[in-house]
Amino acid sequence: MVEKVVEIKNVSMNYHTLSGETRAINNLSLDINNGEFVSIVGPSGCGKSTLLSMISGILKPTSGSILVNGEPVVGPSSNVGYMLQKDHLFGWRTVLKNATLGLEIQKKLNKESQAYVEHLLDEYGLSEFKHHYPKQLSGGMRQRAALIRTLATNPDILLLDEPFSALDYQTRLAISEEIWLIIKKERKTAIFVTHDIAEAVAASDRIIVLSSRPAEIKNIHDIYLTCDLKTPITCREAPEFRHYFNKIWKELDVHV
Amino acid sequence: MYNNVVSKEHQEFVKAHKLRKGSIIITQIALLVLFFALWEIAAHYKWIDPFIMSQPSRVLKTIINLTKDGSIFTHTGITVSETIIGFLSGTILGTIIAILLWWSEFIAKVLDPYLVVLNALPKTALGPIILVWIGGTVSSIIVMALLISVIVTILNVYLAFESCDEDKVKLLRTLGASKLQILTKVVLPSSIPAIISVLKINVGLSLVGVIVGEFLVSRAGLGYLIIYGGQVFKMDLVMTSVLILAVAAALMYLSVAWFEKKLNKMR
Ligand SMILES: Nc1ncnc2c1ncn2[C@@H]1O[C@H](COP(=O)(O)OP(=O)(O)O)[C@@H](O)[C@H]1O
Ligand SMILES: [Mg+2]
Repeated sequence: MVEKVVEIKNVSMNYHTLSGETRAINNLSLDINNGEFVSIVGPSGCGKSTLLSMISGILKPTSGSILVNGEPVVGPSSNVGYMLQKDHLFGWRTVLKNATLGLEIQKKLNKESQAYVEHLLDEYGLSEFKHHYPKQLSGGMRQRAALIRTLATNPDILLLDEPFSALDYQTRLAISEEIWLIIKKERKTAIFVTHDIAEAVAASDRIIVLSSRPAEIKNIHDIYLTCDLKTPITCREAPEFRHYFNKIWKELDVHV
Repeated sequence: MYNNVVSKEHQEFVKAHKLRKGSIIITQIALLVLFFALWEIAAHYKWIDPFIMSQPSRVLKTIINLTKDGSIFTHTGITVSETIIGFLSGTILGTIIAILLWWSEFIAKVLDPYLVVLNALPKTALGPIILVWIGGTVSSIIVMALLISVIVTILNVYLAFESCDEDKVKLLRTLGASKLQILTKVVLPSSIPAIISVLKINVGLSLVGVIVGEFLVSRAGLGYLIIYGGQVFKMDLVMTSVLILAVAAALMYLSVAWFEKKLNKMR
């Protein structure tokens, strides 16, 4: 049975500044199913980050409602983890202390939860760096550390807002593969914002294409790729890959 | 390994670098020696009046005399400890007020013009007022030192708070952090370098406050020695005190700078 973990119902969002009102999201409805990997693509400035902020509970929609696990979102919740564009590891904390930041804030840091974080660091190859400071880590390791910080509070839903855009192309390919594997292994639902169409097609079960601002849903693509090992890098070889890529590219209608 | 094989070219580069650095230091020392030597000679041959301009050998004699009766240590100690109390309390109080401003944007906006005016005002002008209100005691001197450093601290630390990475704050908010947690987990720690650099500025400012305070209170300290020496026309005492003051100021500045370097290495 498919279980809806996120329900976005007729959500609109206006920003108010002295110079005027900006409608960022216009009457948008969308459901996300448990365990799904959904990508959101859209022109820059269309309202993708706004949408994620509303799901995470740090921003209240102007109208409409958002449910997470059937409950209305009223504020940040430990069910939802948010990964931002940069890793934002704190330079004054060790990797381990960075990873336990969320637990510390939610006052859930105890022996058990600390052991869970150490287990995650072990599992994903950071155990020997746990007492290092972030500046001693490579870009890829930093992203992994940031993901573990997000996983530490054990959320079911991960929001990823262009998490790899600060990395160079080679690192980006490798790390997005790694992060995808971790997300699948930990059985999380992922909502992934990206401006890289190939990355979206390779990784997703579903891709939501948004219009330019105010964001509305332009199209939804269910992605079926024929490849043996269903991981992003191997999926790039699938025969259907180009077809999805071209279709979404046309829908985004980029003018330069 | 390839990198370990130091080429001749590289050796020469390192040598040239060391040579350049060495010659700078030697020139610096030579300049100092030259200055004192010229001063001594000029006074000796009466090109300048040693009674007004003093003389290195007289300064040395004064230092020896002051050391014998121990008063050099008392006065230097008093000035240094007043300065340390002044810049620490100025930095701490300024940081606390900056936290208040960060906490309430309303208060920050309301106080903004007052802070700008207070910052522009030469605080030494308030000296006589403080003297009358608090009296001719050490407290007056410390308040003077504090007053001179607190406004700069507020402005600089508040600026550092405001320039804290918005996305880092957003990250904390997504984790459900309260305002207090945002302050203690990200805003304060990321402003530590700014606070330390304010501390460095405050060493100098606080010393200005202390010396002005000692001029006014006139009881003890290097500032007192300077003003007293000037009044009774003992220029040797004045010059000696100024020299000691320069050394003490440099040492205090260097210790804060050293502390800053240590801290930055850790991060
Ligand atoms: N805090 C804000 N105040 C006013 N306007 C905002 C604010 N945040 C975002 N916007 C505007 O809303 C629109 C959508 O922003 P955003 O969600 O960040 O877009 P995206 O992530 O798709 O690039 C943009 O035009 C942006 O200028
Ligand atoms: Mg964005």
